[in-house]
Amino acid sequence: MTEISAGTLFFAAIFTNNILLTNFLGLCPYLSISRDYKAALGLGGAVVFVMTFTAGINHLVYHQVLAPMNLEHFRYIVFIIVIAAFVQLVEMAVERYLPALYFVLGIFLPLITVNCAILGASLFMVIRAYTFTQAVVYGAGSGIGWMLAIGIVGAIREKIQKTSQLPPGLEGPGITLIITGVLSLAFMVFSGMIQIQ
Amino acid sequence: MLGVLAVSGLGAFLALLLEIADTYIADYGEQHIFVNGERDLVVQGGKPLLFALGEHGIYLPSACGGKGTCAYCKARVLEGGGPVLPTETPYLSSQDLENHIRITCQVKVKETVRVEVPDELLNVRQYHVRVLALENLTPHIRLVRLQMPAASEGFRFKPGQYVQLEVPKYKSTSGPEFRAYSIASASHEPEVLDLVIGRVEGGAVSTYVHDYLKTGDVVNIRGPFGDFWLRDSERPVLLIATGTGLAPLRSMLFQIERDRIARSVTLFFGARTRDDLFFFEELREVEKRLPNFHFVPTLSRPAQGDAWEGEVGRVTRLIDEQIPEGAQMDVYICGAPEMVQSCMELLEKKGVPSDRILFDMFA
Ligand SMILES: Cc1cc2nc3c(=O)[nH]c(=O)nc-3n(C[C@H](O)[C@H](O)[C@H](O)COP(=O)(O)OP(=O)(O)OC[C@H]3O[C@@H](n4cnc5c(N)ncnc54)[C@H](O)[C@@H]3O)c2cc1C
Ligand code: FES
Repeated sequence: MTEISAGTLFFAAIFTNNILLTNFLGLCPYLSISRDYKAALGLGGAVVFVMTFTAGINHLVYHQVLAPMNLEHFRYIVFIIVIAAFVQLVEMAVERYLPALYFVLGIFLPLITVNCAILGASLFMVIRAYTFTQAVVYGAGSGIGWMLAIGIVGAIREKIQKTSQLPPGLEGPGITLIITGVLSLAFMVFSGMIQIQ
Repeated sequence: MLGVLAVSGLGAFLALLLEIADTYIADYGEQHIFVNGERDLVVQGGKPLLFALGEHGIYLPSACGGKGTCAYCKARVLEGGGPVLPTETPYLSSQDLENHIRITCQVKVKETVRVEVPDELLNVRQYHVRVLALENLTPHIRLVRLQMPAASEGFRFKPGQYVQLEVPKYKSTSGPEFRAYSIASASHEPEVLDLVIGRVEGGAVSTYVHDYLKTGDVVNIRGPFGDFWLRDSERPVLLIATGTGLAPLRSMLFQIERDRIARSVTLFFGARTRDDLFFFEELREVEKRLPNFHFVPTLSRPAQGDAWEGEVGRVTRLIDEQIPEGAQMDVYICGAPEMVQSCMELLEKKGVPSDRILFDMFA
């Protein structure tokens, strides 16, 4: 399916095929950093940024370097190195030139190297044979979708913390998983609206 | 074969890119730090302020070794600290923020920095000292005796204060590491310093002390630091410790004995088994010499062979049973944070005003 328009794909990546709530990728930082809304958005912002760029770069590397040499079987290791190097570079550059942004994203960037949603986006774009534009749009959409999900949960958790008393066994990850389940059901209502693969 | 080459090539390319970025982007050049508006220090930019100051012999307090978890390294940064980081906000009150107080191990020196350092900290120095003796007080607690320079060279401390002990890089660390340890010896004999160091499973510094440190080794210490010392008053004194928390209280006891302080002094000392009760005989001896001193050890889990006839339970039980409501006393508590917390709550419930309770938390 390559004839899907960029706009539709973008919408689909955010809502109907949300990478977190329908594919359950990137759960570990999602569980640990969603305690407060602001931090959740900070991490979300970093994911959007890194996912958009790495989807694009990995698309180029895959189709311009690996595929012509018949080296597709190296894609996992290559994608991972590219993502790690990109994150490292961005961290250095942001710390140096955009201290205000570093302040928001700084401590979250390293976490992203191991965010499986990022690798997931790169792998999906290969499996689904996206064009370069589609890959970038899909990366951006998925990132925003991920940010949306963690933002919603962050806000709900913060509200719960302030207003209600949870049974001790449900605190932290327990309640987060329950909220995620309910949210995920809500998002699944959209599934099938748009086919992106 | 081609695959190996291509992937290696790609790896090399990315590594090169990072190397270039490291030399050009992450290089902050030389920067200036102005201390109290007068001293001008030149440092290599990009380092945490705490360490940059340390390189010039200005040692701020720190218990965690710059990991951003103790908040001891607070100082007023008037200029050049950049925005307050998310790693600092949990430790800064709104008053701190108003006063430009920062967590200096998190602030990196990327431009000219102006910082205020209290005068007494400017007297803190670093000493290279030899390990005179090591003794295992219990299977998990080790006494480290250090040879300090002659008293004339000026190492003086108040009983209850602590030093930073630095150990060199070894198998489990990536560089020298330092942590806070209370001085357990007498302040009137500052040429010899005793530290009492408990083993923390997987702990960087304590593991080195227990498994690698040898008599005759030379280590760095810096100090003295801290405001956990005996305040003047007429009221009786209650000392409470568990585990290595006994260290600073032992130093205070030496002071009480030497200065013939006539206040009534009680020590609650909690351990698990009889084997964990170190300095037991010594404290019993002090008790014989000092009629106004009462030593009350308590075991939380006496072992079967201990033949223990003393108190059983935690120190909180002793407070519960032996401290009357509205007691007039000054309390000094030292040990694990949870113990300190529960003792404080209990004492405050008994009506001891919080400004008469001083504590040091070991974590
Ligand atoms: C003012 C002050 C005075 C102190 N005086 C003494 C002293 O006289 N004697 C003494 O033995 N210690 C003392 N400490 C504690 C000491 O500074 C170190 O925290 C401790 O030795 C652990 O350091 P580490 O490098 O071995 O472990 P780290 O590498 O710092 O820690 C490894 C892990 O162990 C955990 N951990 C740290 N400390 C403890 C602990 N006490 N119990 C259980 N887990 C822990 C950490 O959270 C971390 O996850 C003092 C601390 C303070 C703040
Ligand atoms: S040194 Fe411990 S928080 Fe800075």
